[in-house]
Amino acid sequence: METETQFQVDLGNLMAVDLHHQFHSIPSSREELVKECIAKGTELVQAIANNLFNLPSTEDIEGPLVKLPPPTTRLPREKHIPKPKPPTKWELFAKAKGIKNRKKDKIAYDESSETWKRRYGYDRANDEDNVPIIEAKMTDVPGEDPFAKRQQDKKKRVEKQDKNRLQNLKQAAKVGALPSHVQLAATRLPITGTQAAPQKVTKDELGDVAGIAATATASGGKFDKKLPGEKPGKHKGKYRTVCFLPVIGGKGIHTQEQEQTDKILNKLISKNSHEMLNVNKAVNMYNVKKDKKRNNRPEKSSATSSQLKPRKNLQKKPYNKGSSKPFDKGSKKPFNKGSKRPFNKGSSNKGRGK
Amino acid sequence: MLRVKTPQKARARRELEKRAPKLIETGKKTLILHGMKTSAVLNAVLSDIYHLKKESAVKFSRRNKDVCPFENGGETSLEFFSHQTDCSLFVYGSHTKKRPDNLVIGRMYDHHIYDLIEVGVENFKRMDSFSYDKKLSPRVGSKPFICFIGDGFDNVEELKHLKEVLLDLLRGEVVEKLNLAGLDRVYLCTATSSKKVFLTQCALRLKKSGTVVPRTELVEVGPSMDLVVRRHRLPNDSLRKEAMRVVRDQPKKDKNIQQDTLRGKVGKINIPDQKVDDTKYYHTKVGDSFVPNKTKGVKRERREAKLKKEEKEGTEHASKRQKEDAE
Repeated sequence: METETQFQVDLGNLMAVDLHHQFHSIPSSREELVKECIAKGTELVQAIANNLFNLPSTEDIEGPLVKLPPPTTRLPREKHIPKPKPPTKWELFAKAKGIKNRKKDKIAYDESSETWKRRYGYDRANDEDNVPIIEAKMTDVPGEDPFAKRQQDKKKRVEKQDKNRLQNLKQAAKVGALPSHVQLAATRLPITGTQAAPQKVTKDELGDVAGIAATATASGGKFDKKLPGEKPGKHKGKYRTVCFLPVIGGKGIHTQEQEQTDKILNKLISKNSHEMLNVNKAVNMYNVKKDKKRNNRPEKSSATSSQLKPRKNLQKKPYNKGSSKPFDKGSKKPFNKGSKRPFNKGSSNKGRGK
Repeated sequence: MLRVKTPQKARARRELEKRAPKLIETGKKTLILHGMKTSAVLNAVLSDIYHLKKESAVKFSRRNKDVCPFENGGETSLEFFSHQTDCSLFVYGSHTKKRPDNLVIGRMYDHHIYDLIEVGVENFKRMDSFSYDKKLSPRVGSKPFICFIGDGFDNVEELKHLKEVLLDLLRGEVVEKLNLAGLDRVYLCTATSSKKVFLTQCALRLKKSGTVVPRTELVEVGPSMDLVVRRHRLPNDSLRKEAMRVVRDQPKKDKNIQQDTLRGKVGKINIPDQKVDDTKYYHTKVGDSFVPNKTKGVKRERREAKLKKEEKEGTEHASKRQKEDAE
């Protein structure tokens, strides 16, 4: 019994520890060391065996079975303790109302076929969706197919149940008590109006969305608690570093704002100064100058020439509209241009008057 | 938008359920992997450890460039491997000039590094190099005896740590029922100095002794090696506390409920005092329900006056009672 008090024995792990053993002199050769260790180990094993073989055992075909006590040496767990599943909405309701679950038989009596059938599932008893005739009721809406309606109602019920299930699972996921085989996968939001099925979301896209969501607070996500393993969101674009200056205000403050805008304007104007030319205007000016030059010489002949073809000019566009290509016209009929205008207008007016 | 995703096949579902955290854990799987460079000795060590733990071990045969425990960022891929293979123990071998024949043994909690210990391997002797009666050779997956010899396991911090890690690594599955005929192996760990541990495996031979307890005899079957402790990292306290939490086996017992053979379930109910004439309380408790003792909607002065009056009476009552008691 002395040996047993000397050793610590953990039967659950079949472990024995001798914390008092000290080598008097460490053996020089390896063989001696091994020999000594084995001798000591035999003692320890014997001590475990003494405890182990004295435990009550039951005889089995393969040998005596012994019930081991739980291990006394505490070792860390492999994974966290599973969290309890939060009650579903129905469970909460049932508890509040005192509704208790009653066991139902798996098999039920089917009245139409007069046999016993499964209560639920394929070929079930008293299946409402599988009746050949539905009796008409006073409340029936004319023109509505009662069979289709039943099917539709069933579909709706299933959808509702799916929705409820998802909600309950979300609640469980919040606590971290999602069942091991269930995953909640993110899907892309359906684009309104399209019938295309939402595609699988890629990792990058998810990251983008997460980044947007993380910075969608008043502080730009600065004070939010970071989740473990969460990376800082990708921020595209610059932060505004310049503060707004007051437009109106006390001494000299508003002039600062003015200066700022002036500076920007100057920069813009100087940058685009070479583009300040208005082409249309320039061309017009050029034309007018040219015409004036020409008109100075053949003033007399213009009246006769215009009288020769007044009709044609009636249908022509007014001079202003054709301003995009006045140069060509002018070059073709250089004589008429300037002098014709007043005449033509006058003639057309006369024509209308007639 | 969220979509419920469940495995398509029952097999995948079972696999996921196996990996889920359990209330009572029975054993840890071991991941065995190489570093960037390993020596021939270390290769042999790793393959021998794999043989010892064949039931519950995964061995990676390729080199792992990114894995370097004890270093910043060298543990992420290790954690990933642990997640992938569902292993929460790992044995990592590497060989460098600074640390030749280096073996890192570590544990994981929730697939994150829990603690690490680094040992150097010396005087390694392979399993094949031992000659013994092959009938004695231990069977795969049998529950071993583990012996720790030496005061170093009590005094020296590193060896204490090593003892815990080795126990976790070698103890095998935690079982409730044990077949006594199947006991066939012993691990011997001896602290030969404050830094060195001699580790070997022996086969167990049970001989008749005339009593219920047989006489034990050990035969060395290897592998045997010396482990020289190098670096080690203990878990931080919060993580340790979290990982060491114990599950209560039985649910909390209801108080005051007994089973009687004749009367069936018998309970004892304690009813709290009914504070009917206690004026100090705004609400008087009668059983479980509260009864208001103060009328609302009375003017404040009157209310206060009433309270004062009641208090006076209360004290008088008390004094009277005391007098009565005295009488």
